[in-house]
Amino acid sequence: MNKKAQPNFRDNDGTPMLKFITSELKPKNKILTPFNIISFPIVILGLVLIIIRFAKGLGAITNLSQEVPWGLWIGFDVVTGVAFAGGAYVLTFMVYILNMKKYHSIVRVTILNGFLAYAFYTGALLLDLGRPWNVVNPIIGNNFGASSVLFLVAWHFLLYMMAELLEFSPAIAEWLGAKKAAKILSGMTIGAVIFGITLSSLHQSGLGALYLMAKDKIHPLWYSEFIPILFLVSSVFAGLSMVIFEGSLSQKIFSDQISDKDHKSHDGIIHGLSKICAGAMFAYLFLQFMVFIHGRNWDLLNTPMGYWFLLEMIGFVMIPMMLFFYSYRKRKIWLIRVAAILTMIGVVLNRLNVTVIGFRWNAATHYVPSWMEIVVTFAVIFTEIWIFRWVVSRMPVLRKSPAWAGHDED
Amino acid sequence: MGFDRRNFFRTIAVAGATLAVGSSFGAVKSDEEAVEFQGMLYDSTKCIGCRACERVCAKTYNLPEPKDELKAGVIRNTTETQRTAISNCITSKGEVFGKKQCMHCNEPACTAACLTQAMYKTKEGPVIWRGDKCMGCRYCMVSCPFDVPKFEFHSANPKIQKCDLCYDRIKSGKIPACAEACPADALTFGTRRELIAEARKRIFESPKDYINQIFGEEVAGGTGLLYLSPAPFNELGLNTKLQNSSYPALTKGFLYSVPSVDVLLPPLLLAIYEATKNNNSKEEDNE
Repeated sequence: MNKKAQPNFRDNDGTPMLKFITSELKPKNKILTPFNIISFPIVILGLVLIIIRFAKGLGAITNLSQEVPWGLWIGFDVVTGVAFAGGAYVLTFMVYILNMKKYHSIVRVTILNGFLAYAFYTGALLLDLGRPWNVVNPIIGNNFGASSVLFLVAWHFLLYMMAELLEFSPAIAEWLGAKKAAKILSGMTIGAVIFGITLSSLHQSGLGALYLMAKDKIHPLWYSEFIPILFLVSSVFAGLSMVIFEGSLSQKIFSDQISDKDHKSHDGIIHGLSKICAGAMFAYLFLQFMVFIHGRNWDLLNTPMGYWFLLEMIGFVMIPMMLFFYSYRKRKIWLIRVAAILTMIGVVLNRLNVTVIGFRWNAATHYVPSWMEIVVTFAVIFTEIWIFRWVVSRMPVLRKSPAWAGHDED
Repeated sequence: MGFDRRNFFRTIAVAGATLAVGSSFGAVKSDEEAVEFQGMLYDSTKCIGCRACERVCAKTYNLPEPKDELKAGVIRNTTETQRTAISNCITSKGEVFGKKQCMHCNEPACTAACLTQAMYKTKEGPVIWRGDKCMGCRYCMVSCPFDVPKFEFHSANPKIQKCDLCYDRIKSGKIPACAEACPADALTFGTRRELIAEARKRIFESPKDYINQIFGEEVAGGTGLLYLSPAPFNELGLNTKLQNSSYPALTKGFLYSVPSVDVLLPPLLLAIYEATKNNNSKEEDNE
């Protein structure tokens, strides 16, 4: 139960549903915050750019070309965004499958984050589709391109979003005071989790498998037949670093929602996650090393792309890995946060190196995203944060569930 | 070409369903009559660079007539308004003309990439694009090793432009417009098998005029478009560094693993869940 009784944050308790929802739709936080002042104009500008894009075609606002048909919106919004959303499947595996109750208090917010990331970043995919009115074709069977990696990724995305919504749905039911629905939906969680993890493991690797046929277009230091496995393993620490980063911010921003007990346990959670990150990064580094040896690309190291590769591997994988190990041993929470940020930079670098920077690295002219592509990307991210904030300020995500829901472990 | 990649991959879905019960793999019906792939042979020693093929192609598909001049030594590529392009190449054997267009691979990367089968390898051989299925994701462009599909970036209703070997003409018994328009007999249309035999014959009869190689016979698993040249093919602007095995085979391992993981991982997770459910029970509970 909520110890700091806040009249502002309360789940429905007997109010008629319609009246309750209308009252919840009103803004609850201050409107003129620095974040809103920055994000609002960018979102509006983004909307204008999106209208131009649909009126005049992709070429009007993007720098995409016949040689580089996928740019920032795929490489960053989709491929990188989905890696960061990997925290949801890792945490649900730990909490529900391995029964590690220690991490229970952050599982809801992570699922919410994951779900919104999928909804928005793959929603951004619609902006990138040239003929978005045909987007339902692989779903309705016009036609089923079953030999396509993208077909499998699309289906696994779609099903995973449903699984995540199901995992999160008890929070919605608790918020609305729908007791019966909350009970039924909670009962479905474990099934949703099992399928969610399965679907995640395949689409995280599938995003890498998308690039397998682009063998001659990706720099050999980043192309190998093991891209799918490397993407899967790196999604573990990418997702958990995001959980550490986002959790640390939420502790400050939404502190009025979080019970004292959860506040105190958060350092312990971060501490535990740092060890898992370090382990996953060690496995990843080892795999990368094996792939490198196997590829016999020693001569490529002494080139500009080689230095770039070493910077990614040493600066943003090996160093944060050692920081995670060190700060775990010494229990330095602030250093874990630094390591998480470095790791996240490394994941962005890796995904962009495969999809954008190393793609056609040897072409005469390089793809550089236009400022308009970047604005639209930020508009998508800011809108997602708005929705996240709206949900967290209303539903029992960070705060405790209402007493009747009855899943307090203690 | 008895072994058809489409059927091969189609079986993956079937394999996923049958994997659990372990039934045999070869139970896929093939009621389609075996038709030989058709293709086209481009003999650059005969091409005179008149560009009649470019003009008739533009006319046939309502595209603007190419206005730019050929410049010696400049390789021209196909564009979203030009499905085939002739270049005046300076080679080790002097001035030779080169032609670019869709290669119509036996096992195309673009059709394996396409999640709606908008890119489609017809049983007659041409690779065609079907606008009612395409969602404009451009994964075909990412995958095609020859960079053939072109996307209309400046259209609100963009299409993929590429040569379809005049599939509609072929079906009504005609030959591709460019092959019909060629005044120099540089383009020969026929079944791929006949064309390879013809190409070998030309090399055999006048070995001084040709290098002893047919581009398209092996590259990327074999293509429907075949090239003869007096000079190495890379001097005609063709990518000779591509692999000889098929590109869709690169994703085979991943595609095979998907049904297995989908079927095998959930029971494993369920088992771990059941095993750890009563984590708090103590050793003494056993007594």
